[in-house]
Amino acid sequence: MSLRKVWAIAGKELRQASRDPLSLAMLLGVPTMMLVMYGYAINFDVRHVRLAVRDLDKSAASRDLVASFVNSTYFDQVADLAANADLERLTERRVARAILAIPEGYARDLEAGRVAKVQLILDGADANTATTVLGYASALIGAANARMFLASPAAERVNRSPIDYQPRVWYNPELRSTQFLVPGLVGFILMLTAVVSTALSVVREKERGTLEQLRVTSLRPSELIAGKVLPYLGISLTATAIILVAARLLFGVSVRGPYLDLFVATLIYLIGALGFGLLVSSFADTQAMAFQVAMVTSMLPAIFLSGFIFPIRSMPLAVQVLTYAVPARYFNVILRGVILKGAGLASYGRDVAFLVLYATAVMGVAYARLTRKEV
Amino acid sequence: MPPVIEVEGLVKRFGAFTSVDDLTLSVSKGEVFGLLGSNGAGKTTTIRMLCGLLTPTSGSARVLGMDVARNPEGIKRRIGYMTQRFSLYDDLTVRQNLRFFGGVYGLRGHALGERTDWAVVTAGLEGKEDLLTRSLPGGWKQRLALACAVLHDPKVVFLDEPTGGVDPISRRRFWTLIDAMAGEGITLIVTTHYLDEAERCDRIALMHAGRLVALGTVAELKEVFAGRVLLEVACPRALEAQAQLEGQAWVLESAVFGTRLHVVVADAEEGRRRIEEALSGSGNVPAEVERIVPSLEDVFIHCIEAEEAARAARGVAS
Repeated sequence: MSLRKVWAIAGKELRQASRDPLSLAMLLGVPTMMLVMYGYAINFDVRHVRLAVRDLDKSAASRDLVASFVNSTYFDQVADLAANADLERLTERRVARAILAIPEGYARDLEAGRVAKVQLILDGADANTATTVLGYASALIGAANARMFLASPAAERVNRSPIDYQPRVWYNPELRSTQFLVPGLVGFILMLTAVVSTALSVVREKERGTLEQLRVTSLRPSELIAGKVLPYLGISLTATAIILVAARLLFGVSVRGPYLDLFVATLIYLIGALGFGLLVSSFADTQAMAFQVAMVTSMLPAIFLSGFIFPIRSMPLAVQVLTYAVPARYFNVILRGVILKGAGLASYGRDVAFLVLYATAVMGVAYARLTRKEV
Repeated sequence: MPPVIEVEGLVKRFGAFTSVDDLTLSVSKGEVFGLLGSNGAGKTTTIRMLCGLLTPTSGSARVLGMDVARNPEGIKRRIGYMTQRFSLYDDLTVRQNLRFFGGVYGLRGHALGERTDWAVVTAGLEGKEDLLTRSLPGGWKQRLALACAVLHDPKVVFLDEPTGGVDPISRRRFWTLIDAMAGEGITLIVTTHYLDEAERCDRIALMHAGRLVALGTVAELKEVFAGRVLLEVACPRALEAQAQLEGQAWVLESAVFGTRLHVVVADAEEGRRRIEEALSGSGNVPAEVERIVPSLEDVFIHCIEAEEAARAARGVAS
């Protein structure tokens, strides 16, 4: 392989890219734009849930309970309901998503050491949100229970709560979904831009007939492939850096692990993605077709089969098997480890091995397809 | 001196379709060799085989002594090829295109600069080096494409329909370039539809449906009319006249050229008398019957009709 010829191709790609600032801006800017859009849009955190309160007890204890809901910032009190209020109208008109009902006698029961009753009514139309809200409410009630339990005389404590349950969530203590989504987004965005840009750059040459012209030169296929891959590798790595800076500034997600490990993992992942772009280009004859094939084959698996949003363990077995062929799956695991947990690549030997295997296999097949002779 | 290109019994099939059928020819050094034929005649397939891009189904072809099937890479290094579309990068400047192709051909440093300068002068693009290729007129792009294809100083250059869609003055200028290259001992193989371009070739091969139907210099090809006479008939209804004349024993061949009819006969005077006689009977009186020198087009029509007849005869026999 002649480095000079590789450089001739790579330099030409960069010159063409710089001649087309719009495309270059897309390659570098779209990832960040997607990060912003998806980062804010795919947000499973639920805050400021509209809460209506029907406090029939009107005691200091009942007010305390309502205050603990509102002070948590998960709930905003939007209405104070009378005894005869039509609860269904409230949820139907989406005035409130949750209704906290405290019956008369709540304070009295607590005082007497009896079990006091409290009801929470939830709008279950959006099941995901409802589940999250339910979790918050249970936690708030649990906390209230614990406070009252500690405040009660020691003698009465016996037999009431033998297990001291204190859950802790590591790495993402507030369970903020952006923490968890950003690494997945990096994998998804890089896959998309790397596959689309390489596929288009080769197919464009097919369409214009310049590929045919290059085939009559003494250029080796390996030189052509290296010359095509290198510039896009550089552009994609730059895009990665931009995404990480944006993730830090916008979502406060910082890289806790070693940068070198992050770089190596990204490099292997990108080589696989660029190889896949070359593979797509060997099938497609027009840029429109290449774009569609590249979008569908890189985007869908990276979203649905990578564990980015949907946990792989809860998929049907057949689909789980499929995910082994999706490089984003391994990359997500590694990125979450390096970015959130501060781990090094050494802890993810198996995932790195799979990424290397994928990159080698895809590049090999792409090479074979691009060098095959017409018959 | 051995020929630069030797083709023997060359066949290329794509599935059941035979694109090139038993082609045999040779081209010597410094020759401008024209490959003619309609679309689908097999010209481009032939050129792509000679460039080492396609492997022949059978037969052999040697370029500069190298076999196209055994050493395509060796051939690629020593030939120039200009594709039907001027395969340049529209979004690069003239100089960037030249330097890119030079780099791909492995030129470097001083040699690259020297060849780039030479190419700019040869293509007549001085002062336009920093223009975007996209903004160049067709004729300039065409000369730039040729310059890019010969940067590495090849001894054989293949031009596949190099003048498609280019204005006549640019075509003329392009052919001056071709003649100059031939003068330097470069062998050029040119495919074209244009008969005026064919006339500028040293020798011509006419292909029809994959087969070679005529081969030789322009003068040699016109020899098919030796001992016979071509008459041009100007009459009101040429098609009707042809239908009427065809089948007459003394009409050797006939073809309609626009509003005129070309008729091949054995003797000029007798032919003229008989044509006037036959046509005046049907009120299609010829205004003029003139003896003309056969053009290449007449030759090609003759050759293709002969080939079609032979093909039909083969079909009947088999």
